[in-house]
Amino acid sequence: MGSESRQRFDVLVIGGGPAGLAAAARAAECAVRVAIVDDNFSLGGQIWRRATEGPSPQAVRWTERLRAAGTTELCGLRVFDQPQPGVLLAEGADDIHELRYQKLIVATGARERFLPFPGWALPNVMGAGGLQAMVKSGLPIDRKRVVVAGTGPLLLAVAAYLREHGAEVLMICEQASRSSLARFGVALLRQPSKMVQGLRLRKALAGVPFATNSWPVNAQGGQVLESVTISREGKSETIACDYLACGFHLVPNTELASLLGCRIESGCVRVDDFQRTTLPEVFCAGEPTGIGGMELALVEGQIAGLAAAERAAEAGALFGERKKLRAFAQALDRAFRLRAELRQLASAATIVCRCEDVPYSRLSQYASWRAAKLQTRCGMGPCQGRICGPATQFLFEWNPDSVRPPIFPVRVESLAVTAGAAEPVHQEVTGGQG
Amino acid sequence: MSSLLTVSVNGIAVEVASGATVAVAAVLAGQACRTSVSGQPRGPVCGMGICFECRVTIDGKPHCRSCQILCQPGMEVRTDG
Repeated sequence: MGSESRQRFDVLVIGGGPAGLAAAARAAECAVRVAIVDDNFSLGGQIWRRATEGPSPQAVRWTERLRAAGTTELCGLRVFDQPQPGVLLAEGADDIHELRYQKLIVATGARERFLPFPGWALPNVMGAGGLQAMVKSGLPIDRKRVVVAGTGPLLLAVAAYLREHGAEVLMICEQASRSSLARFGVALLRQPSKMVQGLRLRKALAGVPFATNSWPVNAQGGQVLESVTISREGKSETIACDYLACGFHLVPNTELASLLGCRIESGCVRVDDFQRTTLPEVFCAGEPTGIGGMELALVEGQIAGLAAAERAAEAGALFGERKKLRAFAQALDRAFRLRAELRQLASAATIVCRCEDVPYSRLSQYASWRAAKLQTRCGMGPCQGRICGPATQFLFEWNPDSVRPPIFPVRVESLAVTAGAAEPVHQEVTGGQG
Repeated sequence: MSSLLTVSVNGIAVEVASGATVAVAAVLAGQACRTSVSGQPRGPVCGMGICFECRVTIDGKPHCRSCQILCQPGMEVRTDG
């Protein structure tokens, strides 16, 4: 336990999803020394999660380019601290890695936004992407009854995926209104590749009820989920099911960028035309700069990789493509904006912070995230506010706190390395495990 | 990719596809991954290592995020830790 390794790279990429793979491949092709780091056991990120199935052709293509260019792959490593500028610490299963860089590319992706409602903490109520990830990881879904709910284009992709794997998708509940989706459809007409995806999904989902103005209001069950009650166009309906796959679009993972000191604006990492953050040696690409989907992540990743390798002209050649894809991202934002009624879903007793079991009634009396944290331990468990933070931001309009290391719970030995590499020792960290 | 392997979850033998995560084994065994601080059963939520709801004890090692760890033949998983 606790062995340490030290490595040095010209360009270090954190995150092995589409943005990270494209960034690492393009940088490595410029003959600089590149490493790509990911927390998962293989590259691909969430969208190209491999596990028990074959990978997607695009993932294969980018991974091959990256390997042909001689990139160092570091999987199963979770970055948790930057003891000094230019040095990151990452924890593996049994060891610690010190990673030094000249240029850093943050490609940490996004996570689902979860909103609390009575019963949402029952086993078998999962994220929409969460249930898909579980099925990709080997969970048999054949003949299981699934309700898919929340908001965003991910719901359709997940429903289609689950159905292809034998699930009985009983209903898709989208909180957005039909008119809002119609406007989004018009925006799609300007994006032929997205249109093709949309039509493919429509075919895959033929016969599945798609309800707009609809959201879950209660999940029922003893030890596991048994049924979900939804509000459908103003009327209540209860559906017996095995799984509820529920996510309210995505939120950028900005913790690492924030720890480094990059400026975060409206929940996204601020970047310039070359994907450079407000720190000159740090770039950022993909979802952390704003939720925009896989194609945009690939383009931003390429720009970041080329810019980090000092190929400004080649990077600039991709600006036009990025502009088109960003217009789509803005249309997404408008179409799937959360409606105010969702703030009323949690009852006084509904748990909002799942790590520390803090109910809505205890939180609603505080004016800020910081005050609530100090008084209730909300956000101080092992997820470090990654689940309840975005929820409380929506429910109470609280602003997130500054980020302190380690940005993930780590072993005590890892903290000792932090203490050795620089001061200070961060004691409060592992708080609340167990 | 379709070969099977067996792990134990709270003493219950569970057969999973090779390449399946420990979280999958826990769900198939019908076992909640953990009990929350107020005594509620909890299972996997995010499926990507962020929510920490799926943490279990694997071969005596506590607080493992079961969605990020692949099943190995003969693994002993406990969800009551």
